[in-house]
Amino acid sequence: MHPVLTTVLKRVGLGVVTLIMVSAIIFSSVSLLPGDFGESVLGQAATEETVAAFRRELGLDEPAIKRYFNWLGAAVKGDFGTSFSGRSASGVDRSRSVASLVGPRLYNTLFLAGITALVAVPLALILGLTAALYRNSFYDRSVNAVTLTTIATPEFFVAYILILLLSSLWPIFPSLANIDASTPLGERLYRITLPALTLTLVIVAHMMRMTRAAIINLLASPYIEMARLKGASRSEIILKHALPNAWAPIATVIAFNLAFLVVGVVVVEVVFVYPGIGQLMVDAVTTRDIPVVQACALIFAATYIILNLIADIIGIVSNPRLLHPR
Amino acid sequence: MMSSADNVVADTVSNTMDNEYLVDMRGVHIEGFSDEQWHPIINGVDLQLKRGQVMGLIGESGAGKSTLGLAAMGFARAGCRICGGSIHFDGIDLLSATDAEKRKLWGGRMTYVAQSAAAAFNPAHRLIDQTIESATRAGARSDTSSGGMNLHEDAVELYRALKLPDPENIGQRYPHQVSGGQLQRVMTAMAMSPRPDLIVFDEPTTALDVTTQVGVLAAMREIVDTYNTAAIYITHDLAVVAQMADVIKVLRYGEEVEQAQTREMLSSPKEAYTRSLWSVRSLEKQEAKNDDEILRLENIDAAYGKTKVLHDVSISVPRGKTVAVVGESGSGKSTAARVITGLLPQLGGDVIFNGESLPVALANRSTAQLQKIQMIYQMADTAMNPRHTIEEIIGRPIDFYLGLNKSEREQRVYELLKMIELDETFLDRLPSELSGGQKQRVCIARALAAEPELIICDEVTSALDQIVQEGILKLLLKLQQEFNISYLFITHDIATVKAIADQIVVMFDGKVVEQGMKSEILNPPHPEYTQLLLSSVPEMDPDWLTRLLNEQSDRAEIMNR
Repeated sequence: MHPVLTTVLKRVGLGVVTLIMVSAIIFSSVSLLPGDFGESVLGQAATEETVAAFRRELGLDEPAIKRYFNWLGAAVKGDFGTSFSGRSASGVDRSRSVASLVGPRLYNTLFLAGITALVAVPLALILGLTAALYRNSFYDRSVNAVTLTTIATPEFFVAYILILLLSSLWPIFPSLANIDASTPLGERLYRITLPALTLTLVIVAHMMRMTRAAIINLLASPYIEMARLKGASRSEIILKHALPNAWAPIATVIAFNLAFLVVGVVVVEVVFVYPGIGQLMVDAVTTRDIPVVQACALIFAATYIILNLIADIIGIVSNPRLLHPR
Repeated sequence: MMSSADNVVADTVSNTMDNEYLVDMRGVHIEGFSDEQWHPIINGVDLQLKRGQVMGLIGESGAGKSTLGLAAMGFARAGCRICGGSIHFDGIDLLSATDAEKRKLWGGRMTYVAQSAAAAFNPAHRLIDQTIESATRAGARSDTSSGGMNLHEDAVELYRALKLPDPENIGQRYPHQVSGGQLQRVMTAMAMSPRPDLIVFDEPTTALDVTTQVGVLAAMREIVDTYNTAAIYITHDLAVVAQMADVIKVLRYGEEVEQAQTREMLSSPKEAYTRSLWSVRSLEKQEAKNDDEILRLENIDAAYGKTKVLHDVSISVPRGKTVAVVGESGSGKSTAARVITGLLPQLGGDVIFNGESLPVALANRSTAQLQKIQMIYQMADTAMNPRHTIEEIIGRPIDFYLGLNKSEREQRVYELLKMIELDETFLDRLPSELSGGQKQRVCIARALAAEPELIICDEVTSALDQIVQEGILKLLLKLQQEFNISYLFITHDIATVKAIADQIVVMFDGKVVEQGMKSEILNPPHPEYTQLLLSSVPEMDPDWLTRLLNEQSDRAEIMNR
């Protein structure tokens, strides 16, 4: 077997192990959350017996270890259990499965993240490469200054500024990004313009600066001097001689920012009333809807692990020493 | 070589009527930027080179050789600027040329061969693509010497001419997949590919083993001869430059010391500085025997992971004497040192020190055992913590092993500084403020601070200039006489061996080829490998390489490295 394949498989295995460890951490920390779902739903008036019966129904009376393995075993099969919400003291059960709650929200989040990434990643790469190419020029300094400003500004503030400019003063885009399953694609894109733009402004700076730094870091290498002495032009040096050796750090920072687009956008979701997974999780924490909280946390962890795994693999594949061993 | 160069001048005189010289540098001044100000690097040097001529540029590091060589191409490194004089290449004024104009010359009519081939090749691209990159850029070649061949075939021909193994396919490899000697030859092919008028060789063989160096030197000389290319050959190794150059220019502190034809320069150097360069290699220690053994390696086997690197190695070190371990890189010299110090536990065999067997693992050795064996490394730079002052660096082993109080310790550091011929003004300095030779002296003081009986010196002079080398070797000899210290001296340089050794161990491929007193090893008869190693050491005779190549009936042995 090709050694790179072995390395990649090892990384995948490690990723799975990490995910299992994270699931244990999630489960135990959720168990440590103060308060009790039974008490909070049934209210102060409920008798001890009612609460105990309610807990038994939800399976909360079983030992934590057993509950953990039940939950993990089901989660592996894609079954994240049933949401606690929708139950009430009246005994009417309008609860829904966690998957049916999380599914559409996750889709919305991935949609917003995907569209943002499609714009932000190429933009950041182009800005980073051109900034490296025209290093220390007016262009370089302006790009740096602008991206630094956007990253230094809190994202809700960026969002409100954009709303003020683009939907209030000049009403071009809607300030509410409320979509549902029936919204057609064109309409969806139109409505998420402002949140996507906000997120782009937030993440471009980091990726762009890392690209620039990774390239410039390599420009001091002897092989870049050699390339210059072989008559390579500036753009050839950047694109042909530096970039192929810079993919690993660039991929890492891109993965980090893409993960942020999935797990870190709750503020932007709230501002634009976008039905994403972040809001769902916050709501679930407030109502102590443990199955939903656990499912969301697991999805977030998996996002980080998978994206970092991809970055690792790009790092391995872009390294000729690993790809073409002696 | 001179005669052919003259012919070329005659041949090409028709199209270069007004340029007698291919390279014509006059009164060149170059400055470098450091510590927030510009410092002069080159102070008004003239350099004229005719077509087909090879000029050797020699001098210590910091003399400005590389800077001058690159300036001949109109190139200044980042942080350097050419601030005076004139530089013409075939009548083109390089100082007023635009970047675009210079790029047409670079990689076309003038090319560069760098010191470290491993660093000068882009790790991300195949060798063949890098070899023909500049020629591809220069477009279809008008030169008839490559005939109708395409660049790819031409590169293969160059690989063949440079005696690279498997010339058809080696280009498909990546830089990390071939050896250093091969990479240096591929770089020469890369420089030759556009059939330039000028090649600047910047210490092209300094990083190679002597046995590998011979092959690379021969290949470079042959190809420069064949295509009548003019070359500037930068090196600090006189014996090497004697083989390559028609003319030698000696530089010091950015100024020209003298220039003369090679033979004249070697036989009768005019300046005192040049003569001092010449005399360094004459240092020689009188060998002496001692039957009292301080260290014995018995049938050591060792491996890195699954790769076995030492096979049944037995070495004996007499007390108060120097044993030089010689061999090329990969022969297991440094691995043997790692086994002795406990850094690499051996798989089999014994390390006997002062009559007792040392525990295999470092962790099981007593402080006293650790104290008695100290080590000095090749790269003094990386062997010292850059944020510690010299006092802290030398004081640490004193604290660790001797536990002196503050004033005793201060006194001891001061004594040690005196021993290495530095004064107390160095106490508060950081390693970065010291020269290469001073750094190595501090490393020696650090080893001495532990009051060891045996010091392992791993290529301690290899990174230094010859004059500085001489100082370090003399210091080590003095310390040996004073404190009866034993040295295990790892080196690949035979001149160093002559200067310091009592006994020699020759290693090859993880095995001991032979060992014995210096006089026995250096005088015939030799085992085959020792013969190869000794004959590969360049001599200060311009005909040495030619003679050696004629003698070597079995050239394949060297060429295939």
